[in-house]
Amino acid sequence: MRPSGRQVAVRRFVGYVVLVFFALVFIAPFIITLVTSFKTDSDSTLNPLSPIPHPVTLSAWDQIFGIGSTASVTDIPRWLFNSAFVAVMITLARVVLDSLAGYALARLEFRGRKLIFAFIVATMAVPGVVLLIPQFLVLKQLHLFNSYPGMIIPIACDAVGIFLMRQFFLQVPVALEEAGRIDGASTWQIYWRIVLPAVRPGLITLTIISFQGSWNQFQFFLIATISPKYYTLTTGLANLVNGGLSSGNQFPLKLGASLLTIIPMAVMFFVLQKHLVRGRLEGAVKG
Amino acid sequence: MATVPPAGGPVTAREELRAGPETAHNAGRPKAKSGRSPLHRGENLFGWLFVSPSVAILVLFMVIPIFLALYVSFTNWSGLTSPFSHSVQLVGLTNYRTLITKPGLYQTDFATSIRDNFYFFLFTVPLQTALALWLANLVNSRFLRAKGFFRTAFYFPSVTSSIAITIVFIFLFQGNGVVDSILGWFGVKGPDWVYDQSGVFTNILNALGISSPGWGNHMFIGLSLWNWVAGPSVGMCVVIILLVWTTSGTFMLFFLAAMQTIGEEVDEASSIDGATPWERFRFVTLPLLRPALVLVVTLGFISTWQVFDQIVLLGPQNPTTITPSYFAYQVSFQDSNFGAGAAVAFLLFCLIIFLTLLQRRFVKEDLTK
Repeated sequence: MRPSGRQVAVRRFVGYVVLVFFALVFIAPFIITLVTSFKTDSDSTLNPLSPIPHPVTLSAWDQIFGIGSTASVTDIPRWLFNSAFVAVMITLARVVLDSLAGYALARLEFRGRKLIFAFIVATMAVPGVVLLIPQFLVLKQLHLFNSYPGMIIPIACDAVGIFLMRQFFLQVPVALEEAGRIDGASTWQIYWRIVLPAVRPGLITLTIISFQGSWNQFQFFLIATISPKYYTLTTGLANLVNGGLSSGNQFPLKLGASLLTIIPMAVMFFVLQKHLVRGRLEGAVKG
Repeated sequence: MATVPPAGGPVTAREELRAGPETAHNAGRPKAKSGRSPLHRGENLFGWLFVSPSVAILVLFMVIPIFLALYVSFTNWSGLTSPFSHSVQLVGLTNYRTLITKPGLYQTDFATSIRDNFYFFLFTVPLQTALALWLANLVNSRFLRAKGFFRTAFYFPSVTSSIAITIVFIFLFQGNGVVDSILGWFGVKGPDWVYDQSGVFTNILNALGISSPGWGNHMFIGLSLWNWVAGPSVGMCVVIILLVWTTSGTFMLFFLAAMQTIGEEVDEASSIDGATPWERFRFVTLPLLRPALVLVVTLGFISTWQVFDQIVLLGPQNPTTITPSYFAYQVSFQDSNFGAGAAVAFLLFCLIIFLTLLQRRFVKEDLTK
């Protein structure tokens, strides 16, 4: 027996209510964060749920950007610069190195290719979190600890990115390269002039997931540096919350700085969602 | 290979390995070994040139560290000098003994971290999988308008910084904070959330008038049996909520990708047969989603044992929200006992690799069906 039109309408209505409820649960924390960053310390503690700051104040944002007389205990503009600088460098390196390796594994006939591919796939299973102590050790041995190169080089390529690029290169028609070869182009010319432009969507996807990963990176920077001058938004914020610098609750400041960490990802997410989703699914094996 | 969802579905590395990279793209191309085609001259050199920077980095910062960790776990290295200097001594299994068999603070803390992470895993995996599946099913509905909006809303938290999100949650769950205010509307008074160390199971049993029975005092690897069965602490429940909230959006995408390959015909056919939405979901959609389900559950198995960032912020507030990965960090970088820290990390490494191998086996079996 088919359900009547009325039953279907009720069902759909209930479905919408549930969805809207969950959408609220997922979005509300961000709105609360935004609103709270315009509150005073006491207002944020006394009326945490109030949607309107009373009074509206820019003091948290003044502190974040070191504006005016509110002498800042933190150097958030520096964290912002470090986050951006390191993320851009890592992203550039990953785009270059991952696509080179991905191309070689997809198309070039060289001895040991199968072995290298198996090796790359195996490293995808290595949990980053157990590497923290030994990575610190290697950084110290190489005198890279507590420096920009030390924050960048160890994560300048990643197995997931190589795997992703290899998938994209496999989809390029072989005929394209053969034509180049017959015309006498070298392997490098074929890669640079013919194949690389053909995998533009892959490069965009890789750029986005690399930037997202290194902008949000926390655990590696935590062990790779110790001086406040190398704080990124994530390590600086963690230090701010874990004591050290804070006095009182300072929730408007902490939430404002959190928002500053979230906003670039939000912008990128809304503009380039399609690519992010694709990268996430193709890198699924990493988890 | 036909089992791979064609449209943007998760591509798995192991399938590639099984099938060999040749099958897909090399058809109609001369094999490298027997009589290298003149067109492919120089590829040996370029191949190695192209992969060597990446391989060097992975070896230097991934492979060598694993062996170094193993070595350090047998020493008393304090992190100050080189681990190979004369002052560093090989101490055999001492570090492993302090963690597992020798009664003391480290044994208790290590046992607590294992217990906490176990309950975290036990609750997070089913909750995130169920929520992801349910949201995917709702969003995938044929009749839904504004699909993109809902999908975006659910997925957005997972692209943001774990540290920023944890700070937001600390604010939401503070005393008399947002969550307490909402509970207040219903006349409910919340617990101490982030700071509350009491186990959920213990609290329920206490409410029923049951306190620790005789056997509960029996010690087992540094914790009393009553402590082992205490369940996740209230503080850990906040971490569970936080992780379920951030990860279900990603897993929803996996399910959505799989659902799109099922196609509407199957759905419509069963709908004409008069199946209720629940029956349709249970007997038509769910069996077809099995590969995606196995993938999501096994990824959950692996990732829940690696939770770290959130714990760095919450662990110092509450000793019952500590995971082995954070414990290893704490022992190394705060107590300067890198030997014991490396031992924890290495044990965790073995556990996660074991789970990963299990996953590869399960997913493979499932895909070959």
